[in-house]
Amino acid sequence: MSKFEFPPSITSRPIWGSLTPRQGKHHLMIAEAEGAEAVLDIASPELMAKTHLIYLARGTDYGDKLRALNPQHFRESPTFGAARQRIERVLQDAAMGLQLYLTGTEGMMGQVMQMAVTAGIPHTAIQTEHRGSTARRMQCVHCKGITEDVEIDPFVCSHCGLNLFVRDHYSRRLAAYQGVCIDAEDPGNVPESKGIYE
Amino acid sequence: MSGAEKITVTVTDIVPLNELVTRFKFERTDGALLPTFSGGAHTVVEMKDGDTTRLNPYSLMSDPMDQRAYTISVRRDDAGRGGSLFMHRNVKIGDEMTLSYPVNLFSLDLRAKKHLFFAGGIGITPFLAQIKQLERTGGNWELHYACRSEALGSYVDELTTHYPNQVHIYYDEQDQKIDLEHLLDGQPLGTHIYVCGPKGMIGWVRNTAEQLGWPREAVHHEEFLAPQSGKPFEVKLAVSNKVIQVGEHESLLEAIERAGVDAPYLCRGGACGQCETDVVECDGEILHRDHWLDEAEHASGKKIMPCVSRFEGKTLVLDR
Repeated sequence: MSKFEFPPSITSRPIWGSLTPRQGKHHLMIAEAEGAEAVLDIASPELMAKTHLIYLARGTDYGDKLRALNPQHFRESPTFGAARQRIERVLQDAAMGLQLYLTGTEGMMGQVMQMAVTAGIPHTAIQTEHRGSTARRMQCVHCKGITEDVEIDPFVCSHCGLNLFVRDHYSRRLAAYQGVCIDAEDPGNVPESKGIYE
Repeated sequence: MSGAEKITVTVTDIVPLNELVTRFKFERTDGALLPTFSGGAHTVVEMKDGDTTRLNPYSLMSDPMDQRAYTISVRRDDAGRGGSLFMHRNVKIGDEMTLSYPVNLFSLDLRAKKHLFFAGGIGITPFLAQIKQLERTGGNWELHYACRSEALGSYVDELTTHYPNQVHIYYDEQDQKIDLEHLLDGQPLGTHIYVCGPKGMIGWVRNTAEQLGWPREAVHHEEFLAPQSGKPFEVKLAVSNKVIQVGEHESLLEAIERAGVDAPYLCRGGACGQCETDVVECDGEILHRDHWLDEAEHASGKKIMPCVSRFEGKTLVLDR
């Protein structure tokens, strides 16, 4: 099961949607890991004939199934980092009317949204669907360093080493949640880490 | 007092442009500077026409950074309720008039990488200010301007002389038509559309863009509705405890104001939402003419925009 029901939270927390096919001459889909299932759910021959599909495998094995959808362009990359330049280039050359579909982890969706908004797509016009890992991209509010794929709370900042509490406070500009020092007043008094949604 | 703040001005220039359109220039009567505005803003011009006070919105077309004067262009509407005719026939150089502070319901989205303008007829006026604003900041813009004929093409010469590469003119009389689908196809990401003109043109541009997958947030439009005349009707104002008569050529908002009741407004053209009023009781049909309320709100009969909408039936009681 690749779907996860996020608990209700503060208004700052993004609410991810579910993908639906839209009208338009050009479509760009970015599917990370289990996000491939969301693409398989909405794919039709007409839609895929106009779609540039980028699959970020991250160790999953949906490549053959996605290729069998016969997208107009298909690219498999191991990670988001490896596909970043390609996504940037596709957005740079794109025209208005392009439909953007993002599915996978919050970190990937947030970062591509950031790139797409910079390229000129209003953030409200981008479709998203969360699938797979619920790990978060976290920014340490103290040193500003980003720690990717955080699954536990509290966690240790990979840059400055502070013990950080995982907040639901999200920045669209940074594509990251806020991590705040949990033992500032009483250094060393850190509760035991557990899964973010445990 | 409702509406935006007021400024007392003197008419310092009147220039007839063609058979239908005349330009008016206003400077502050006290000699001080006018507020700056942003391209796309309008001002509400107060006209003292005998016993009637008319309040008509007109787009400001002068340079938004030029604080010495405001200019507007008024198209004469012989079938209208008389505001444009009053401007054309009664206003003289040296007259004192009252304008509202500028209000912008059609501003540029400055995040856009390119601004694609579509103007129809007198709908050109907000773009004249927006172009001046973008020229100051090195903005990327392009104008497609449809007019009835060469004789009625207000500002065509000025635009094509200054911006020969950005301005495209289409004359209906010569069967020239904007090749819209072709034009929208391939516009770079970050292009925003702005359309101002007749209702049909606005609908055509918005629908075509939607079919081509353009996001709603990237398509901007402005359409001022002039209040239409209609059968006279009676309205009860519950809060002020008054019963008022709305005349044939008067809007509901104007009748409320005439009765001495202060009602909120800004655009007076069914667009801004400021005058939205709750309906307490309704036995009859509200003739909704605004494009502020959505279809469900129109159908509910619980709200009315008194600047443009009317009523036919037995009883209408408003929460005002």
